[in-house]
Amino acid sequence: MAMVSKGLLPLLLLAALLAVFARIGPVGVFRAAFPPIEELTFERIAFPQPGLIRVHMVNGGPEPVTVAQVIVDDAYWEHTVTPDRLVGRLDDIVVEIPYPWVDGDPLAISVVSSTGVTFTREVAVATQSPQFNRSYVVTFALLGTYVGIIPVFLGLLWLPFLASVGARWVDFFLSFTIGLLLFLGVDAVEGALELSGRVASAFQGVGLIVLGVVATPLIIHAVSAMGRRGSELTPVGLSTLIAIGIGLHNLGEGLAIGSSYAIGEVALGTSLVFGFLLHNTTEGLGIVAPLARSQPSLAKLAALGLIAGVPTILGTWIGGFSYSPTASVLFLAIGAGAIVQVIVVLGKSMGSHGGEGLRGPLNAAGLVVGLLVMYATGLFVAA
Amino acid sequence: MGARQDKKDSQGLAGISRRDLLRSGVAGAVGLAAGAGALAGVRPIDAEPTLSGAGGAHDPGLAGVKGDMDPNGFDATAFLKHFDYGSVSTLPDGQVLREYEITALDREIEVAPGVHFAAWTYNGTVPGPTLRCTEGDRLRVDFTNAGSHPHTIHFHGIHAAGMDGVFEVVEPGDRFVYEFDAAPMGFHLYHCHALPLKRHVHKGLYGAFIVDPPEGRPEANEMLMLMNGFDTNFDGDNEVYAVNTVAHHYQRHPIEIEQGELVRVYLGNMTEFDLLNSFHLHGNFFRLYRTGTDLERYEWTDTVMLCQGERAVLEFTYDHPGKYMFHAHQSEFAELGWMGIFDVTPLTLV
Repeated sequence: MAMVSKGLLPLLLLAALLAVFARIGPVGVFRAAFPPIEELTFERIAFPQPGLIRVHMVNGGPEPVTVAQVIVDDAYWEHTVTPDRLVGRLDDIVVEIPYPWVDGDPLAISVVSSTGVTFTREVAVATQSPQFNRSYVVTFALLGTYVGIIPVFLGLLWLPFLASVGARWVDFFLSFTIGLLLFLGVDAVEGALELSGRVASAFQGVGLIVLGVVATPLIIHAVSAMGRRGSELTPVGLSTLIAIGIGLHNLGEGLAIGSSYAIGEVALGTSLVFGFLLHNTTEGLGIVAPLARSQPSLAKLAALGLIAGVPTILGTWIGGFSYSPTASVLFLAIGAGAIVQVIVVLGKSMGSHGGEGLRGPLNAAGLVVGLLVMYATGLFVAA
Repeated sequence: MGARQDKKDSQGLAGISRRDLLRSGVAGAVGLAAGAGALAGVRPIDAEPTLSGAGGAHDPGLAGVKGDMDPNGFDATAFLKHFDYGSVSTLPDGQVLREYEITALDREIEVAPGVHFAAWTYNGTVPGPTLRCTEGDRLRVDFTNAGSHPHTIHFHGIHAAGMDGVFEVVEPGDRFVYEFDAAPMGFHLYHCHALPLKRHVHKGLYGAFIVDPPEGRPEANEMLMLMNGFDTNFDGDNEVYAVNTVAHHYQRHPIEIEQGELVRVYLGNMTEFDLLNSFHLHGNFFRLYRTGTDLERYEWTDTVMLCQGERAVLEFTYDHPGKYMFHAHQSEFAELGWMGIFDVTPLTLV
């Protein structure tokens, strides 16, 4: 009991201080004569039907904001705000604008606050937003299948080849996998950092990234350690971890695909799909690399492929039907964290069976080749 | 002042480098999927552009600002026809003396329903009071600066250099009396000339100064329309345009005029940041008297363009009753607030 009360003392003092602040207000030095800092963040702009725009916003700033007017393409326009024009800190609002948007045209929406501050979002292409119906569910599932599942399964077909090469070359391909994962991990972190600028500042995009990248590997490690109760990780177990890491990464890709499709930001170009297939096929190779000396059943292989690929479909659904930059940043960070964990486990497993690990020249070359292959196939995806 | 900047970003995938690539990749995938015949019911991306709002959304009532102004604030309808003739007396030599008191005040004004602007004003309103006199009158303007920055009043017109309101900067708390004879006849302006000029003007320190010809103008329903704009987020671009400050005021509260009566509009331009502003009258033409300095018609037209500081006197008569719009013929200005309606009531025979 004594220990608990010692731990509570600072908390009690903090509560007392907060109570005093709430009663008498902040001291004069914190007050400023200039207008309050206002911040409204666009979460999503949807075009649910012709003649209607629906804007989701959140107040991520320190002060309440009052929505006074709405400007669409330099014209003040009729609109409704629910639940209220006075938006408290961390509150959400939905602004509905009966505006005759033109399919395929760009559009700019500004929300004007009571102090005259404007919050503007440009939409590159106005196009009808996906409705949650069978047709769109199927479309997104197909998108996810093409860019996520099919390439991964193609990559799994490298297993017989891996089984036929010597032990040194198995380590080469494991190193290759580490390079590949490094590339994807950095890519996910970079994506999350860039997207974090779009997250309402109160939700601390960078904080979410740190949380996702650090907590995810620790959680996966703890869970997998509980599962195997001290014994060494089996090749299938290792492959499963890789598949989970890649799957979480693919969830982030799916989010991006779904949201860009939803907001009409899709340019045509079949050749790019080939680049995609090429790029993501290497993910399958990474999954089967630890299995070179074991003979997994086809069912197990298929399960690994699904673990890595199906999240792409989940991602397209989430991204397409309810895109949120905050959730996307968190998903990307979780994906990056999972990859960190997989890299650590792979590195350990290479060291444990008497190989040279990444210090060996062949293995070091494998890692670099992994990076190079991701880079080179990425060129085909570049728009 | 970062918080007052326009918070602008672009909806897009923003973000994800490799995912940016994906965007294009996706399209291909969509193409493949379409090839598989699975996209039944999903509109192709490159479909013919169609106007989405067939029907209700084109209702002109949907355009314009939303809601109402504070009823205790500035009344643009009253301001339209309020001319300040000053307190009048006669000098020993018989000359008419008009005395005005003008005070510069910092004041928050409402420029569109619910949108407030930290203005600098003459006598608490933007535009300041519409000063009106007759050519040859002696004017005495007692100016007090109760604002937070140095100000002046610079009158357009013909007067001595020391009365020009440029070099005699009036510090906060100080006072200056401008005294000169009103000349020439016409429609002029007054505004602050303290530096930086752009800021002092766009914050609201300007007003109209009408000098009637000694013989007067024909009797008419007269009104003042000073075209102006407000950069509410201080990004160097106006968010609100109007005549007499309030966005869409005369659209929500049409100006009543009578069928057959002569209407005279004193139209001036004090819009900052934009090179030009304009006035277009619907269903009618007007006689244009540039700067109002000549009683001879300059042009018969339905649209006039004015640079900042330019002004004109417009005269017209409606032969048919009904509602007629008037607005800037820059569509952007019109839809950002500079649009109004004349409601022409039928002539009633008593």
